[in-house]
Amino acid sequence: MLGPILETLIGGLLTGILYSLVALGFVLIFKASGVFNFAQGAMVLFAALALARLSEVMPFLLALALSALIMIALAYAIEFLVLRHLVNQEGIILFMATLGITYFLDGFGQSVWGSDIYKIRLGLPQDPIFILESMFPGGLLIDPAELVAAVICAVMVAVLAVFFQVTRVGRALRAVADDHQAAQSVGIPLNHIWLMVWAVSGLVALVAGMIWGAKLGVQFSISLVALKALPVLILGGLTSIPGAIVGGLIIGAGEKLAEVLLSPVLIRWFDLAGGGIENWFAYVLALVFLLVRPQGLFGERIIERI
Amino acid sequence: MRAPAGSAIVAGDTLLAVDRVSLAFGGVRALRDVSFDIRKGEIRAIIGPNGAGKTSMLNVVNGFYQPQRGSITFKGVTRAKMRPFEAARGGIARTFQNVALFKGMTVLDNIMAGRTLKMHRGFFWQLMRYGPALAEEVEHRRRVEDIIDFLQIPHIRKIPVGKLPYGLQKRVELGRALAMEPELLLLDEPMAGMNLEEKEDMSRFVIDVNNHYGTTIALIEHDMGVVMDLSDRIVVLDHGVKIADGTPPEVQGDQTVIDAYLGVAH
Repeated sequence: MLGPILETLIGGLLTGILYSLVALGFVLIFKASGVFNFAQGAMVLFAALALARLSEVMPFLLALALSALIMIALAYAIEFLVLRHLVNQEGIILFMATLGITYFLDGFGQSVWGSDIYKIRLGLPQDPIFILESMFPGGLLIDPAELVAAVICAVMVAVLAVFFQVTRVGRALRAVADDHQAAQSVGIPLNHIWLMVWAVSGLVALVAGMIWGAKLGVQFSISLVALKALPVLILGGLTSIPGAIVGGLIIGAGEKLAEVLLSPVLIRWFDLAGGGIENWFAYVLALVFLLVRPQGLFGERIIERI
Repeated sequence: MRAPAGSAIVAGDTLLAVDRVSLAFGGVRALRDVSFDIRKGEIRAIIGPNGAGKTSMLNVVNGFYQPQRGSITFKGVTRAKMRPFEAARGGIARTFQNVALFKGMTVLDNIMAGRTLKMHRGFFWQLMRYGPALAEEVEHRRRVEDIIDFLQIPHIRKIPVGKLPYGLQKRVELGRALAMEPELLLLDEPMAGMNLEEKEDMSRFVIDVNNHYGTTIALIEHDMGVVMDLSDRIVVLDHGVKIADGTPPEVQGDQTVIDAYLGVAH
């Protein structure tokens, strides 16, 4: 019994890292503007489309570099055309702006790149690996493509964590998120900060789009992967990079284990048709968390003197 | 009184001049042809009834608002409008009427944020917390500790500012502005909502900053006792128009000012 559970756990953790990566894009922008960027999923789709279509006509690495430039240019355009004009507005106004950006990107992406299902070929190994064959009969199966993807994500997450945790940029980010005017008054260049975080979260979206695209194919539904990041964020805390990582791992492992362990129990007790627990488990877990610890595992507590 | 290094302007010269500035929000004319100057080293008060345009004036000076007409001359450079970044870099610091602190951050981090522009190491170095950047961070930390001592708030340095009572928040906000080592300090109602003792403390800090650091101060305040005691010169606004400008005794005796404050029978 232990073997299959471990196998499920490993598979879940590997998927969880992919969730973390998407959640990270949200955290970056939230840290720097206090705004939940609804457009993150659309950015993932847009980046994946760009990469898929460009790699049809040029070598993959060149396409990747060009897509990265496109995402940086997109960040610049968003800052210049939208955010710059919304300095010192309420968070909800900025949120609505990201909603607008979402629909624009969804449509614009399909106008430019087309709306079929495209493939991204990373050339990942396909044959499953078996480990610990001496301990478990038949060993534990690991999908090498997932393993590679997880390593890429882990590196990306580590680089970003170092960038924002170890540096003084963190203080400027928090200042901007807390109060636009006050940040400007001490000379923090609001526009540069926003440009930087949107560019970085654009690059994160590109990596997420690349990996999810290789896994599922590049299609509209990829932008819905971002919804899986929501419970991750609630669990980990909207402002915490380590939170996004741990939250992703918990959700990834949790939903797979729930499917394997909880599902049969529920079916037996309630005489259900079964299955599908994987689809809602994460959200229920997030709801429970909201009741117990609304700021998430690592989020900043909201302090307000009344 | 010493002038900060690199500044050619000595005490008594014009540090900032606002020339025929007009500002409107749609149909509301917040400022109409307002001109006045601030001299190096003085404490200059801006007073007037509610809605007179005092805060709008400060916002024009530090670039939050861009006037439709007029010009602003700061340290000899004339501009049609300031931008917040230019103002901060040029040495203008400010506090806000309704306390704008970084609420989730500690007192120490809030005041450190005021050092942003003083950190000269390039962006790349700032990313590294060792080597020259670490030495710089330590040096800035020392300056910030001096300010914390000066404002007599060492006991609260690690507390998130959101938890502090209002009077102390105002003091922290002053600290953040001081951390910028400003040439011109704009204070928007620094004593609002304070009790007598807190007002006296704050008045003392304002005078000390002006005396010890030679910082030029422009302040908005409603407490007339405080204004008359502190300021060298006072400009009076009413409905966006300048109605008086002069020393405290001159302004106190001015009939237009008295009418503006007390109302007048038409």
